[in-house]
Amino acid sequence: MERILFGDNQFFAVNHISDEKSRAQSIKFREDSAILKTLDDARNAGINTFMCTTHDRISNVCDVIRANPEKYADFKIFPCMPYAHKYANAVTELGIVGTLKEYVPGNFFGSLFKGGVAFLSKDFISIMELLVDTEMKMFKGVNTPVIFLQNVITDLLLGLRAVDVLVGFHSYVQKKYGAEAGFITMNLPKLVDELAKAGIENPIVCASINKVGFRMSGGKKVYEETLKTTKARVIAMQVLGGGAINPKEAIEYVCALPHIESILFGASSRANIEGTVANIHEFDSKNK
Amino acid sequence: MLKIALIGAGKMGISHLSILGGYANTEIVGVCDTSKLVTDFLTKHGKFNCFSDYKKMIDEVNPDAVVVAVPTKYHYEIIKYLLNKGIHVFAEKPFCLNYQQSIELVELAEQKKVVTQVGYHNKFIGTFREVKRIAASGVLGDIYHFIGESYGPVVVKKKADTWRSDPSEGGGCLLDYASHVIDLINDILSPIESVKGTLLKSIYSGQVEDAVYSLVELKSGQSGLLSVNWSDETHRKMSTTVTLVGTKGKLISDANELKLFLKDSSSLNGYDKGWNVKYITDLQEGVDFYLRGEEYSSQLYYFTQAVLGLQPNTINTFASAANTDKAIYLIKQSGK
Repeated sequence: MERILFGDNQFFAVNHISDEKSRAQSIKFREDSAILKTLDDARNAGINTFMCTTHDRISNVCDVIRANPEKYADFKIFPCMPYAHKYANAVTELGIVGTLKEYVPGNFFGSLFKGGVAFLSKDFISIMELLVDTEMKMFKGVNTPVIFLQNVITDLLLGLRAVDVLVGFHSYVQKKYGAEAGFITMNLPKLVDELAKAGIENPIVCASINKVGFRMSGGKKVYEETLKTTKARVIAMQVLGGGAINPKEAIEYVCALPHIESILFGASSRANIEGTVANIHEFDSKNK
Repeated sequence: MLKIALIGAGKMGISHLSILGGYANTEIVGVCDTSKLVTDFLTKHGKFNCFSDYKKMIDEVNPDAVVVAVPTKYHYEIIKYLLNKGIHVFAEKPFCLNYQQSIELVELAEQKKVVTQVGYHNKFIGTFREVKRIAASGVLGDIYHFIGESYGPVVVKKKADTWRSDPSEGGGCLLDYASHVIDLINDILSPIESVKGTLLKSIYSGQVEDAVYSLVELKSGQSGLLSVNWSDETHRKMSTTVTLVGTKGKLISDANELKLFLKDSSSLNGYDKGWNVKYITDLQEGVDFYLRGEEYSSQLYYFTQAVLGLQPNTINTFASAANTDKAIYLIKQSGK
């Protein structure tokens, strides 16, 4: 993985500290061309990996990438699935079973629901695989070396002790897409522990890691201890605490931590992209 | 070790189950749901002890506390059953469909001396807790007006009916969305006691309202406006804002950002004359396990601590949720 990854929150009005900012972003990125221009700004600043949710609008970005193979020759996408709000809204409206019937393709479900037969473990793994395929459709022909599970799903399964489904995801994306699995989580220490117990020793894990301890479950100290000894390949996200931390101090903190392979951030303006990239390079060179 | 069970493993129930799974001094002894898909998953992957009949589950696993996350119309019957057995109850919101039933359950819970809580999670969000602290401090002077708002994209086109579109099952924007705002205002200022006028608007739904606009008066004499619309797709998810207007200042806060304007320099630590801005990153306490938002973990942790006797049971009690049910009733009457 590259040292710096570009995120997509700004494109979809996700802002962790201000609804006003998120509305401004929503206005700014109304047109797909604005998204593509910002991705170009990121590429010009040397960032060639775009880590993004499987939002409908990303399929338009993929169309442009496929249509311009030379321009995007080195460009990689790390898809993060699912786009949780799509499913969350569906579950609110249709319930869990109704949502699965709506989104799991084919007649897999029709046959399962007949006759009240018991569901087997392999059925749930098959459902997961079918959902992964649905989400991956838009990336056909695009380079996706790492495929992520969003934190709401990773952490839900972690809490439900269904780590075998995470393991199933890990093997499936390798088998079907030749990709590595990644896990976004808000519970890094617990997740790497559980994955290790299940035989995944060096997973790719993306978690909130920032100077103020925001969204670092169990506390900053526990994370720092985990990072000292972990074999996981860690991506730090929310390093700027949504903008609440002084950018230089924020980057200085993360760059000094051990075992952080990559830093993920998103920004709307060229100046902010270049500023953050320059800060990362500056502190990385100091820590060499 | 606290023995806890879950009745209703839908969207909220599953989320509660996942959060509770990580608590050190809590053991999940049973899960009850009518969906075989859900219980088969929980049995096979999570090794949970699952049931389809809640009474059978209670008899077999004998829990100290139960989380009830079934549709609201089943709350009264199930909660009454649990209270009669002396079981501590955490129920999803809203509490009951009929506030006479809410009052009956409040009285029963008091008799049985059990811990009660309802899932109005906004009260565990750092920004809204700070709003309450600021309002109580007096720095705003006389708070003569408030606005409680909530907007989100739940029903954004005409669709097939579900329980959410059936008023007799607890559907509608008033019970689902507006209840959160009502509960916050009740808590931050004082309970809603009378309603001056209400517009309940159906935008896409056939049988229920999609928006609630209401002028209300509180027990304290303060008055203000509720404006709630779940058919507003300019918001990615539910967004709740509280505005307090006082003679000495004004406060506007959503879950992420709190803005306080003060006319004069203040004695309240961390705030001064003019605009003050604080973010959730400054105000939210961390949790040991995070899923969907700190507040969901915090409220359950609070409940388990109260059941274990390690914390008083004062936030989101059945009594406060009954006040919210009463306000819902008053607003509905006024909107007829």
